Amino acid sequence: MTKLKEALESCQEEFFLPGNSCCAGCGLEIALRWAMKALGPNTALVTPASCLNVVVGLWPKTAPNFPFTNMAFAAGAAAATGMSAAFKAKAYRFPGKGWDKMTAITFAGDGGTADIGIQGLSGAAERNSDQIYVCYDNEAYMNTGIQRSSSTPHGAWTSTTTKGKDRFKKNLPAIMAAHDIPYVATCSISEPLDLFDKFKKAKSIEGCKYIHILAPCAPGWGFGSDETIDVARLAVKSGSWILYEIENGIMTLSRASKPLLDPSKRVPLIDYLSKQKRFANISEKDLIELQEYLDHTWKRIEVDLSCQDNYPK
Amino acid sequence: MVENTKDFIQNEENIIIKGNVAAAYAAKSARVQVISAYPITPQTTVVEKLSEFVDNGLMPGTQYIKVESEHSVLASIIGASQAGTRTFTATSGQGLFYMHEMVHWATGTRLPIVMAIASRGPAPPWNIWADFTDVLSQRDTGWMTAFASSHQEIYDEILMSYKVCEDPEILLPKFVAYGGFILSHTSKPVIVEDQDKVDSYLPPLPDEKGWPHIWVDPKRPMMFGNLIMPSGFYQEFRLKIHDAHMNAKAKIIEATKEFSKIFGRNYGNGLVQEYKMSDSDVGVIIYGDLALQMEDAVDQVRDEGYKVGMVKLRHFRPFPTEDIINISKKVSLLGVVDRATAFGSLTGGPVSCEVKSALHDVEGSAVILPIINGLGGREVTLEQQKEQLRTLVILNETGEAPEHIIHGTYWDGLLEVK
Repeated sequence: MTKLKEALESCQEEFFLPGNSCCAGCGLEIALRWAMKALGPNTALVTPASCLNVVVGLWPKTAPNFPFTNMAFAAGAAAATGMSAAFKAKAYRFPGKGWDKMTAITFAGDGGTADIGIQGLSGAAERNSDQIYVCYDNEAYMNTGIQRSSSTPHGAWTSTTTKGKDRFKKNLPAIMAAHDIPYVATCSISEPLDLFDKFKKAKSIEGCKYIHILAPCAPGWGFGSDETIDVARLAVKSGSWILYEIENGIMTLSRASKPLLDPSKRVPLIDYLSKQKRFANISEKDLIELQEYLDHTWKRIEVDLSCQDNYPK
Repeated sequence: MVENTKDFIQNEENIIIKGNVAAAYAAKSARVQVISAYPITPQTTVVEKLSEFVDNGLMPGTQYIKVESEHSVLASIIGASQAGTRTFTATSGQGLFYMHEMVHWATGTRLPIVMAIASRGPAPPWNIWADFTDVLSQRDTGWMTAFASSHQEIYDEILMSYKVCEDPEILLPKFVAYGGFILSHTSKPVIVEDQDKVDSYLPPLPDEKGWPHIWVDPKRPMMFGNLIMPSGFYQEFRLKIHDAHMNAKAKIIEATKEFSKIFGRNYGNGLVQEYKMSDSDVGVIIYGDLALQMEDAVDQVRDEGYKVGMVKLRHFRPFPTEDIINISKKVSLLGVVDRATAFGSLTGGPVSCEVKSALHDVEGSAVILPIINGLGGREVTLEQQKEQLRTLVILNETGEAPEHIIHGTYWDGLLEVK
């Protein structure tokens, strides 16, 4: 993994500038800032409807210091596909001008990815559209006022699941991996160097790359604005959010998550949940189910990893 | 110069192709750089032909994105056009409805996208045949809208559209609509022009910097589309779109004139094309494929001794208000034939509503008889069109209204319900 010093030295340029309209303690801001540090200047970003449309600043103020396009809610992956195609067409017409070095990325929330955007995303993945699709996951429709999404975890309060969500979080990275795209990775804003390396790797790969970042939301989850990184880290340490890469079908657990294959190494789930008001009224039943779901998810990963030993490398 | 578009089909340079294939050839002739498409009847053969061109290396450098839905068609075309490439796509009916969100988006981004529409009737019940309700129901999206009434005109109008759309003073997207199956799937001789000639007519492909108003370039980072407060320039941006439409009329006239000079085919002033109107007492305003057959109906009813004529409406947006007013002053009665519906409106037909609205305070303008026919591809025969003309003559001479006037509109060709 890149060392912090190296990372900071190699990417002193800021692409997502201060003075933006993010809430204090916004997870998305950290995600975008570090993603752009890794991707560098030859990047064009598309963002479908999400907090990101707003936090960049109201017209005429704008925080991104790179090509940035707001897009309709369901249209992120397709619009980035079009941009990527245009870069290829321009590389053909204007060879040697760097158009072949351009990276198109979609930066979408969990609603824009797992709900309304999933058709376009699945289409882009199936076509192996040359782009990095990023889901910054704050586990609900935060921009419209904390409504449930398919990415909201079981038991969590939202303004449309006032007794806690009955269903479990949709496992979108697994769905994306099932598309057989060259690269799928999960990240947490609490592990910026891991995130940095994963974006660097994604940029170096041709085709459709999917990166899913857990980006806690202070007002939406109900924690202090100085606790974002702690909460994100607890999500990883409790095993609720698992960091891994799937490169050409082969899964590798990332450094922060690897030791957690051993259940005794995991921080108790309740330590993670109790930090957040959205779980303040979780029922005992939901709590048990959430724990079972977590254990089951890890078992499945264990099985997947063991099967993989026989894969042709 | 020949007045009737049909007269051009006897030419040794032509090839016999479907209307959809003519649309594909037009995209090829225009050297489009990015195509995105999704199959839908009756548009499908447009994108099949383009696939064939691209796969066989006949469109070098062109990127062809085969997406999973029409919403993604237009989203990807918007992304590609925004990044400074000439783009093309085609759809029909339901596909256009599914795109609707992005249809508005393309206008807001002021992108010169050209989209062929093989028009079909909206479901339910399922219908795949000619009916312009699909494209006309996009009325307020800010797209320019043209109708082609022949195979050749599909090819020609797509080329003219790029010329107007990419004009730095216009920068608007445009639909080129033609009747599903009637034009899309029938074969006729079409002249596909020499590439050199097309290149000399069209503006050059966008340069490396892209369009004058928008680009995707890390050397000149641009933020596009962020939230604007009501006190910002939103309302002014909207006025600019309307301005562009109004300015496009002169540009269409200019582009049509230049087209006719280079290629020798004449489409009136581009906005409307009159046929034997100069000495007519009554006439019809008509658009799309039915206009082609109406020329024959006019000829034959004239042989019967009646002075009738027709006006082919070539553009619905921008609407040729001035031309319609001028024409309406020359005759006493005008039928307006819609192959489309505008439920609950003044007349029930979208174009007749526009015409009535254009004439409502014009003194000495013709009386308007709205006509609706051919919905969902229902056949409108030559005899039927001749009868429509005779009906107008009788109404004009005797004041005798035809049967089937329902809510003030002449619904022609209704089935007898027992």
